Amino acid sequence: MNRKLLASYALAAAVLAAAPFLLDAYWVDVLNSVGLYALLALSLNLILGDAGLFNMGQAAFYAVGAYVAAILSTRLHVPILWALPVSGLAAAAFAAVVARPVIHLRGDYLLIVTIGMGEIVRIALVNDVGGFTGGANGIFGIARPSVLGHRIRTPQDFFFLIWAFVALTVFLFHRLEQSRFGRALNYLREDEVAAEGSGVNTTRYKLMAFVLGAAWAGMTGSLYAAKMTIISPESFSFWESVLVFIIVILGGSGSIPGVIVGAFLVVGLPEIFRGFATARMLVFGLVMMVMMVFRTQGLLPFRPVRFKESDVPRPT
Amino acid sequence: MEQFLQQLTNGLAVGGIYALIALGYTMVYGVLKLINFAHGDLFTYGGYLGLTLLTSLLLQGRLGAVAGVLVLAAMVMGLVGLLGVILERAAYRPLRESPRLSAVVSALGASIFLQNALMLIYGARVQVYPEGILPQTAVSVLGLQIPLMRIVVALVSLVMMAALYLFVQKTKIGTAIRAAAIDQGAARLMGIDVNRVISLVFLIGPALGGAAGLLVGLYYGQVNFTMGWIYGMKAFTAAIIGGIGNIPGAMVGGLLLGVVEALGAAYVSVAWKDAIAFLVLILILIVRPTGLLGERVAEKV
Repeated sequence: MNRKLLASYALAAAVLAAAPFLLDAYWVDVLNSVGLYALLALSLNLILGDAGLFNMGQAAFYAVGAYVAAILSTRLHVPILWALPVSGLAAAAFAAVVARPVIHLRGDYLLIVTIGMGEIVRIALVNDVGGFTGGANGIFGIARPSVLGHRIRTPQDFFFLIWAFVALTVFLFHRLEQSRFGRALNYLREDEVAAEGSGVNTTRYKLMAFVLGAAWAGMTGSLYAAKMTIISPESFSFWESVLVFIIVILGGSGSIPGVIVGAFLVVGLPEIFRGFATARMLVFGLVMMVMMVFRTQGLLPFRPVRFKESDVPRPT
Repeated sequence: MEQFLQQLTNGLAVGGIYALIALGYTMVYGVLKLINFAHGDLFTYGGYLGLTLLTSLLLQGRLGAVAGVLVLAAMVMGLVGLLGVILERAAYRPLRESPRLSAVVSALGASIFLQNALMLIYGARVQVYPEGILPQTAVSVLGLQIPLMRIVVALVSLVMMAALYLFVQKTKIGTAIRAAAIDQGAARLMGIDVNRVISLVFLIGPALGGAAGLLVGLYYGQVNFTMGWIYGMKAFTAAIIGGIGNIPGAMVGGLLLGVVEALGAAYVSVAWKDAIAFLVLILILIVRPTGLLGERVAEKV
């Protein structure tokens, strides 16, 4: 991570940390939404941006995480933050099972299959499979989380919980980006044949990207369940997957700061356009087209890491 | 048996509509490698324009039932086709050289724009077609009572598909479309105006989609502004099942999907109807990764 990026993150963190003390509850809640979408978009970015796998069904993993957390909380009274890793694991396991047979599909075939998978999950939730999901009404009465005895209840409390998780995710995903795993994914995206030829086990890495991305979406799902205390299948519709997809591409596919800026834009713009009343989504669609025409690579495009001569250890 | 045949014919009618929409997806994909997510909304525009023209121009009274509907269909197809050409100019042409997913997001933006424009013009409520446009009688075929509309929908979609197939296979312009789909650069060197071919594809595809929208309006008697999402998704699924870029594939995929869905809804569960369609898609792709008839898209390595 270079110095400029680090300074930008520090500045953004300082501004965000001050935000809950300056804004009213409504805008803090908007920022909470931004945080949740940023987490989802970061999780999708691993699959779509880094590995180049077209996935328009991220809401499925989000739903699995949220429902696992909700069921653990309401039936077994597990504290919701303890359920967080479990929901991550559940979403990861789900991804491993459903992605394995279709991982070899190319580009748009994978896109439509992931759309289909998302829809199947949503329909399964509506139809109350196994009697656990509460059908179209969903699950209510999910307990509030508590951290070190402090009960998290107000939007301000959730703001710190959600954005702390965003900060942790950004740190971890930057480390991942520069790891052997991250570089292998980028190689895979740029040229699959060459990657395979250089000894990258493409199927395995693709699957790992899917599983890791799903795990993060699942954990985000449990945060969402904790925040809302009610979840229903409507919250995990195709539209959610589309929004997260748009965030990644609009912000800058493969670029972590880009994806976060994208989340601010896609969640924030409709709020700012509230003045247009019913026409706000019309304006939103128009802005999307215009932005893609003028910034085809996204707002903050991915830039490969460049090494200076001084970075290379000299032979002694 | 009676129920089975009823569902089968219903599935063929709905499948014909899917296939008409799927042709628009598959033709655009063939030349641009772009999933035109706004295509489903162009289909919806067909249904709405049909309703407006029908009630405002009183074609029926002036020309009689059959001629009135034919003139109506021609007008709807022309207008929706024009809309498709404008859409390509505004939202896709500037992105032709950029990463493919940028064009996909532009298409999603166009879809949101078109859908909300329709909602602002007509309101969010379901719009109902006037009754008795075409006679609501049933025809007896081999002892089976089949609604006339169902036969009309199935026949119209089959005729349009056949016409398109012949056009693309047998005419000079059709050859140009196929050439542009295989290699745009080489087509240009052969003196084909690729931009015009793309405009033409964006005229024909949406025109067929608009016709499908009108058929849905006539068949079900109502349209709503969000129906483009689900019909579009189904039609795109049909295009993929048949093999994307492949015109006969879109027809086979559409009819197959319509029949599977109708039978699935009747014999398995109505609540799972949409899931059955996607499950069939996934199973077919696992066995045949490029669709039933194989894709017709040039792969650059």
